[in-house]
Amino acid sequence: MKLIKFLFTGIIFGIVMAKSEAFSWYRIQEMFRFQSFHMYVIIGTAVTLGLIGVALIKKFKLRDMSGNPILFFPKEKSVWRYLLGGTIFGLGWALSGACPGPMVVNIGYGYYAMIIVFFFAIVGTYLYGAIKDKLPH
Amino acid sequence: MLELIREPWTWWVSGTVIATIMFSLLYFGQSFGFSSNLRTICAAAGGGKFVKFFEFNWKSQLWNLVFLIGAVMGGYIAQHYLSNGNPVQISESTIQDLSLLGISAPISSQPEELFGLEAITSIKGFLILAIGGLMVGFGSRYAGGCTFGHAISGLSDLQIPSLIAVIGFFLGGLLMTYLFLPFIF
Repeated sequence: MKLIKFLFTGIIFGIVMAKSEAFSWYRIQEMFRFQSFHMYVIIGTAVTLGLIGVALIKKFKLRDMSGNPILFFPKEKSVWRYLLGGTIFGLGWALSGACPGPMVVNIGYGYYAMIIVFFFAIVGTYLYGAIKDKLPH
Repeated sequence: MLELIREPWTWWVSGTVIATIMFSLLYFGQSFGFSSNLRTICAAAGGGKFVKFFEFNWKSQLWNLVFLIGAVMGGYIAQHYLSNGNPVQISESTIQDLSLLGISAPISSQPEELFGLEAITSIKGFLILAIGGLMVGFGSRYAGGCTFGHAISGLSDLQIPSLIAVIGFFLGGLLMTYLFLPFIF
């Protein structure tokens, strides 16, 4: 039952991805062509509120529901893995029009072709795990 | 009220809901990132037997898989109960650009030319989706996160690595949009 709150949060996530139209291939194309503010203002609002919230959590040392301090761990410093990995991700994002979250929202929405995209995203993750030691990080 | 919910949501409502999801997960003692589910699925499927990267206690990530199932349900609910059936209202200039690629104006949320039955049963159509997915999965793990982990959670915490990753997301996206898509379609 401890997991039910995550199911509920996930449902809200699925609904907002669909209702904001962020799960649409068309919207992603429009974003990469800079022809509408739609995606930018959605992400901008989320990040602005995120910045304020994270700063407040740090300033007041807020705790989570179990009483543990909410901590933020700095990501490992590097350029290559973020730039190369990010670029490969972006190529796939603009082609399939979906990042991992919106993929599964599409499946629930009835766009079953996204099962192919999601399956191959799992394969891609496996491939990374298999050859990661040979890649610059 | 229900009529209003059935319209596409205004940007600030969507952005606020996304931030609320991030803070709810922090309050629950977790952090917002979706692509780690892909790694968890590899581990749960037994990938750890062959690749060390998938040898970890994936059950600790069960909460995120439950979140994933919720996301599928959310998509279902949005389509069945919260949709007015109108196509996405993308800009006129995007419709024109896409028509040059042979992709018709929206009649729903996704183009038939990519996600329709005819498209996915052709070799080319199948490969487009497969290669797209492959790059998203490979790239997100290589970069250590996806749009949510880096662009939302990471930027909110002023993480430089996340900023580099987001620059990469756009670099790749622009290359695909302007350089490769005209050859693919």
